[in-house]
Amino acid sequence: MNHPLTREQHLELYYFMQLNRQLEERMVRLFRQNKIVGGLYSSLGQEAVSVGTCYALEKKDWIAPMIRNIGALLVKGVPPRDIFTQHMAKYTSPTQGKDGTSHFGDLKVRNIVSPISMLGDLIPVMTGVAMAGRYLGQNIVALTWIGDGGSSTGAFHEGLNLAAQQRAPFVLIVENNQWAYSTPVSRQVPVKNLADRAVAYGIRSWIVDGNDVLAVYNAAKEAVDECRAGRGPALIEVKTMRMRGHAQHDPAEYVPKQMFEYWKARDPIVLYEKYLSENKIWDSKTKSEIDARIERELDVEQKFAEESPMPPPELAEEGVYCDGCHEIEAAWQRPKAELMPPACSIEPGWQVKDYGAFAEVEAIKKQIAAPIVSSGGNGSKVAKPVVKHSGKPPQKPAVRVMEPETPEVPRVPFGRGPKDKSVREVPNPRDRHQNPRDKRGRR
Amino acid sequence: MAPITMIEGIRQAMFEEMDRDAAVVAIGEDIGVYGGAFKATEGLIAKFGRERVIETPISETAIVGAACGMSFLGLRPVAEMQFIDFIACCFNQVTNFVAKSHYLWGAPVPMVIRGPSGGGVHGGPFHSANPEMYFMHTPGLKIIYPSTPSDAKGLLKSAIRDNNPVLFFEHKFLYRRIKEEVPEGDYLVPIGKAIVRREGADLTIISYAAMAHTSMEAADQLAKEGIDAEVIDLRTLLPLDRETILTSVKKTNKLLIVHEDTRTGGIAGEIAAIVCESAFEDLDGPIARVTALDTPVPYAPTLEERFLPNTEKVVVAARELAKY
Repeated sequence: MNHPLTREQHLELYYFMQLNRQLEERMVRLFRQNKIVGGLYSSLGQEAVSVGTCYALEKKDWIAPMIRNIGALLVKGVPPRDIFTQHMAKYTSPTQGKDGTSHFGDLKVRNIVSPISMLGDLIPVMTGVAMAGRYLGQNIVALTWIGDGGSSTGAFHEGLNLAAQQRAPFVLIVENNQWAYSTPVSRQVPVKNLADRAVAYGIRSWIVDGNDVLAVYNAAKEAVDECRAGRGPALIEVKTMRMRGHAQHDPAEYVPKQMFEYWKARDPIVLYEKYLSENKIWDSKTKSEIDARIERELDVEQKFAEESPMPPPELAEEGVYCDGCHEIEAAWQRPKAELMPPACSIEPGWQVKDYGAFAEVEAIKKQIAAPIVSSGGNGSKVAKPVVKHSGKPPQKPAVRVMEPETPEVPRVPFGRGPKDKSVREVPNPRDRHQNPRDKRGRR
Repeated sequence: MAPITMIEGIRQAMFEEMDRDAAVVAIGEDIGVYGGAFKATEGLIAKFGRERVIETPISETAIVGAACGMSFLGLRPVAEMQFIDFIACCFNQVTNFVAKSHYLWGAPVPMVIRGPSGGGVHGGPFHSANPEMYFMHTPGLKIIYPSTPSDAKGLLKSAIRDNNPVLFFEHKFLYRRIKEEVPEGDYLVPIGKAIVRREGADLTIISYAAMAHTSMEAADQLAKEGIDAEVIDLRTLLPLDRETILTSVKKTNKLLIVHEDTRTGGIAGEIAAIVCESAFEDLDGPIARVTALDTPVPYAPTLEERFLPNTEKVVVAARELAKY
């Protein structure tokens, strides 16, 4: 389903993507001038992901960005000066120099949870945000991103499983930028599509071209709407490409040249500019106006950051504990009485459907799989994620892999060499499936 | 009021706080229909329902992460670790996310992580731990380890109302072994305040949790030998009540520290350093310590007995110290 945008919204998407890019380009220059204190992590080539997903949210919704989601912060209304000052460790930054990069949040106005470097941690945290929003009757959606690399963490699994068990209004964007530092996706996980994993959690998933901002927006809007309607959580895999190294120090020589060339030809901003022109949504005059506005704004913001002072040393000792510096008061949107006895009291006990009997497993599988299938519809038993595309030149189609691939290298049990007889005689795992008895015996 | 056990004190604290404030929720494994592995939350779900008593999969990282996320919206979650040993599973979430949020980006995390800890019940190496010192080293957390039913109740209520993340250790050996009358009404015990359990003139014994009782028994025995020991129960480990510690040491001039945690890196070392920095000239003898062995908690009763401090070991150490 397409969610139509007005001309202004179309232009706003461009503005945010270009603002994201120009802001980061300026920071590269500041980095080379030694004005960035720590590392600098680029989201070049991934702007459509941050902007397109966050644009699908309402003001009251919550996000927790990752390091390459500066575009999402901009959409949420964070001024560029906050990004500059954070990277330059200035006293005027949101963390007053206590942390850098995109590591800051805003609990009061913009509803942003700060990221940390330990990947996957934000998934359970944002599940909690989603649960609390529902508890308070706020009808919010919580959204966070995780990279292809971070999808291998334990917190990813625990968080997503809890979100699914709680039916939390939570959207997870799996931002597949092909590289976890220097390791390609194919060397991290045995599945072709990271979205395949959603089936295991019994939740809906989509695969989307991450360099097509409208496709990203449409998929995110659909997922957000689903969650708001109480049918969460949802997972979207966006396929994109990290066009620089892990951080500025990393020249990314391990990336095949042709791979850069392939994705460079698919630059999300260039593609979108073409779309806007071809569909007569703008003309060259509008583009120059927006670009000039971005330059003007960034000049002011950068100047502010460069002229800001470093934090005073004694600040290092302050703020470990909240000693009454914060008033903590939940924003209730439903009557508290609903959650107080006797209204909330229940007869405790469990109902176990079908007593967990084997005979019902197939039926349950169908129940889980059914809502996920929404394109393809070829009667396949395995659920398919929806592949979103906004109608531009097709990319490599996202195809589901039905069976696990045989590992390239035979698995050798620990401590045994390949000459060990028992290892040589390990049967091909595929053979097992041909024996129906074996198949039946497997769980 | 009739005397109650420590587990009952904890249960009462949960009921009273959830009754008082709709923002207080409980989250953890088996805490609802079953009432928790030690029944600390028994009856909670019947009264407060599934929205407020959230039963989770076996996912300590998700429990703590979700509780943290809930606290960002102004809720006050109380997360249960079925055994506090399992807090190791969410170490990262606690130390990197929860503990640092306020310092780094000004986000208070008003949540409590509580759970049964400690040995002496033959729980073996994975159900008997005292992991408090891993977290003592983490600025941003508060750590409470009570030894009596009224302290457990009053401190848990204070912890729930605190704007910081609080780790609340409940010594399972004490759950049902001691009974005490708890003051009526909205009874609160302040966080960060130690208590002098027994006044004495000859030496100070500092302890907490189950070892506070062991230290009291030792003091009774020492009294028969003519040694007048003062016993301090720390109750809160972080922030540590330096004032009570130093006042006592300046009075008795001798210090013995007793803890059930293992020796190396235990709290005795930190207290000894504080006393050396601030009351060195008041000391008449070396700072002594009685602790568990530097081993995992062994399972067999004979081994665990060897592992744990006991009254006898405390008496012997105190006797030696008193000679100075």
